[in-house]
Amino acid sequence: MDHLDRLESQSIYIFREARALVPRLGMLWSLGKDSNVMVWLARKAFYGKLPFPVMHIDTGRKFPEMYEFRDRYSREWDLDLIVGDCPPVEDMDPTLPPAARSAARKTFGLKRMIAERGFGGIIAGIRRDEESIRAKERIFSPRAVDGEWNFRDQPPEFWNLYHANYPAGVHVRIHPLLQWREIDIWRYIQREKMPIIDLYLARNGKRYRSLGDKDITNPMASEADTIEKIIVELENTRQSERAGRAMDHESEDAFERLRRAGYM
Amino acid sequence: MAEELKTVRLVIVGEVDHGKSTLVGRLLYDTNSLAEGKLEALEAISKKRGRAIEWAFALDAFQAERDQGITIDTTTVWFNTKRRQFVLVDAPGHHEFVRNMITGAAESDAALLLIDAGEGIKPQTRRHAMLLYLLGVRQLVVLVNKLDLIDFSEREFARLSGEAQALLAEVGLKANAVIPAAARDGDNIANRSERMAWYAGPTLLESLDGFDPAPTSEALPFRFPVQDTYRVGEKRIYAGRIESGKVAVGDMVLVSPVNRQTRVRSIEVFGAAAPVQHAHAGQSVGLTLDDQVFADRGALFSHVEQAPIETNEIKARIFWLPKSPLVVGQALRMRIGTSEVPAQITEIVTRIRPAGLESGAKSIEQNDLADVRLRLGEVIAIDNYLDLPATGRFALVDISGVVGGGVADLHGVPDQRRLRTQAGTNLTAVAHSVPKDVRNLRNGHRGLVIWLTGLSGAGKSTLGMALERRLFERGYQTYVLDGDNVRRGLNSDLTFSADDRTENIRRVAEVAALFADGGTIAITAFISPFRAGREHARKAAGETNFAEIYVKASLAACEARDPKGLYVKARKGEIRDFTGISADYEEPENADLVVDTEAHDFEQCLEQLFEYVVRQTKV
Repeated sequence: MDHLDRLESQSIYIFREARALVPRLGMLWSLGKDSNVMVWLARKAFYGKLPFPVMHIDTGRKFPEMYEFRDRYSREWDLDLIVGDCPPVEDMDPTLPPAARSAARKTFGLKRMIAERGFGGIIAGIRRDEESIRAKERIFSPRAVDGEWNFRDQPPEFWNLYHANYPAGVHVRIHPLLQWREIDIWRYIQREKMPIIDLYLARNGKRYRSLGDKDITNPMASEADTIEKIIVELENTRQSERAGRAMDHESEDAFERLRRAGYM
Repeated sequence: MAEELKTVRLVIVGEVDHGKSTLVGRLLYDTNSLAEGKLEALEAISKKRGRAIEWAFALDAFQAERDQGITIDTTTVWFNTKRRQFVLVDAPGHHEFVRNMITGAAESDAALLLIDAGEGIKPQTRRHAMLLYLLGVRQLVVLVNKLDLIDFSEREFARLSGEAQALLAEVGLKANAVIPAAARDGDNIANRSERMAWYAGPTLLESLDGFDPAPTSEALPFRFPVQDTYRVGEKRIYAGRIESGKVAVGDMVLVSPVNRQTRVRSIEVFGAAAPVQHAHAGQSVGLTLDDQVFADRGALFSHVEQAPIETNEIKARIFWLPKSPLVVGQALRMRIGTSEVPAQITEIVTRIRPAGLESGAKSIEQNDLADVRLRLGEVIAIDNYLDLPATGRFALVDISGVVGGGVADLHGVPDQRRLRTQAGTNLTAVAHSVPKDVRNLRNGHRGLVIWLTGLSGAGKSTLGMALERRLFERGYQTYVLDGDNVRRGLNSDLTFSADDRTENIRRVAEVAALFADGGTIAITAFISPFRAGREHARKAAGETNFAEIYVKASLAACEARDPKGLYVKARKGEIRDFTGISADYEEPENADLVVDTEAHDFEQCLEQLFEYVVRQTKV
């Protein structure tokens, strides 16, 4: 088994544990490269048909290419898609820096959907190498009744013996991609010949490395107009993946505050 | 694309403040792995807090971690050396965060143990070493940090190095190297230190290159814990990951613990270009079988040869994480592979603390290790940890979540598989009943009626309840029948007339007999004044399943105690036919046991009774 085989097998194992241990699962589908890999892996875990809905928490500010991708592949992959909307930015904590405040809309959209649907578990495609707060995550990560992440007191997790039996009201976040790195994602997309959104490929010297809302996501300088070139680029870059995501850089703890409150 | 380097998962452990996060930050810097702008950011953050460059800030991501200068939770970073790609887990050193250290270390192929030259080896260092061994980490390098604190003394380093090696040998580990270093300044990290010219061994990066990924377990016996079953079209697919060994289509497999054999019909992999004929350790696959077996999540597939042991009693080395201590008899659950069963500690053989070994302990404190005996609520399939790690280790769980873990030592633990197979053959012969020996085997004891008889106030109920409690704590199936629970329903139609009291005892005797037949230790606490009634009870249960216990105290003593005020009422004539006052009590002539509550204190009586029951109910 090579490195990608091991990652794939581990993710499938996590999906199956989640399915067996957690009642009422839902999976977040942000349409980005990671969550597409996640859908791909889930289809392998469950032999083609996902046994839970996928949720797109729609801020209404995504790129048109992302909506096209969503509509096409929700059909092709036979997904049970639910789209949830987000409250306006004016309703968000005004003490957050502007971009983080905008991103916080997603947290509320998600919480609303969890409450409406009574989800016991949310599968999210975060990775440890994206960001230093996410690097601290568990694979099965309980969230308090108010959706808060008690990061100071995380449960132990070892030997793949995942625990998901928490009191009513607590939901579990499940992170099947936690151990993947950005370059693994691209190598896997290449190996599996997966479809991608073209915004990731360079046009006129720029490409998006990470896709979020239009107004708070910036492209980076790049000549990588094929997946092969993206991989070469990543092998050599020292720039962080989320450099183009404004909310990470507004203040020292902006992202920590978002995640503590329940952000993905 | 350059040839991919082997990936090694590395955990760094050590006492708080010995400089782990600093070392990791420095490693990232020396291997050119800090993200662009990170060095500048580090300088800025460090300056803001009025400190010299603080490498640890490269890792400590939480605001609280940066402010307090400690690591709260494990974090992961990545760097490459010449020969290896490292996933490095920085585990917190603080006593309070041992659970986080375990989380990081359990998934690692190798460890870097850090010792502060100024502080030397601390109890926490010893604890970490013991945990590393238990968690299965076998590759290790020791870094003695902050050599500047001992003036780069070769002699002092040699002493610390010797102590460290002795400690490791004691817990079963051996270091590839012991390296003197000053991480903050980069001495012996990537570059040889000029300040320690006397040191001829490898630098840290050189020694890290000697680590390998944990070996695959393909050569070991086949083990496949079933995660779930899926119906896909006409197929019933058993989904799971092969934890060790290999399997091929057509292989005969043994399903434990239901103990059935059948053949692998197909190996199901979604999207496979061609039908899959073989699968091996590490792969998540699905299997279909020739016969319909009633296997569900928790079942373990193996080959017929080299099967796992089936047992409901194991020995294990465990670690315990919560603040509240673990006591013998505490109700827990054990999660092993994909199965979860009730479990309890029946004996703490040795408590293992940094200070030394202790026998005869009654509890296990937070972050202690211990060698224990465990009794499980069901027979499970399990392997000896040192032979088959993935199916020989487990987590302990209670309502709050994961509270500990452990590894099984099955030497001297009898395999119950054959016994159960034979019993299973009997099963059809006795028309779908569960034979008594199978029931007893699962419970770990046989059923028995403990018939307490004696005057009102002699202590029957108190003793009965205390006995029930103690038996229950030791894992026995037990239940007390007394006036309160019997008269509420079963005998609610009966009065306290002489006839009805006889009928009351008759019914209690029959119910107790059923309980005992079902494997339970049924304790009855009734005056039952007449020999005839007690003889009837003995017949109902059968001679060998019945023990008449005379709870003895003189009338005077009972009247003096008078816990419910009944003697006073009886003397006043308010209660008719009161045994001892206005009705006879026929003392037992051949009681199986006499418990004299007048001659002995309560604890002695309970001990006497408890020992008797344990002796009489051994399988």
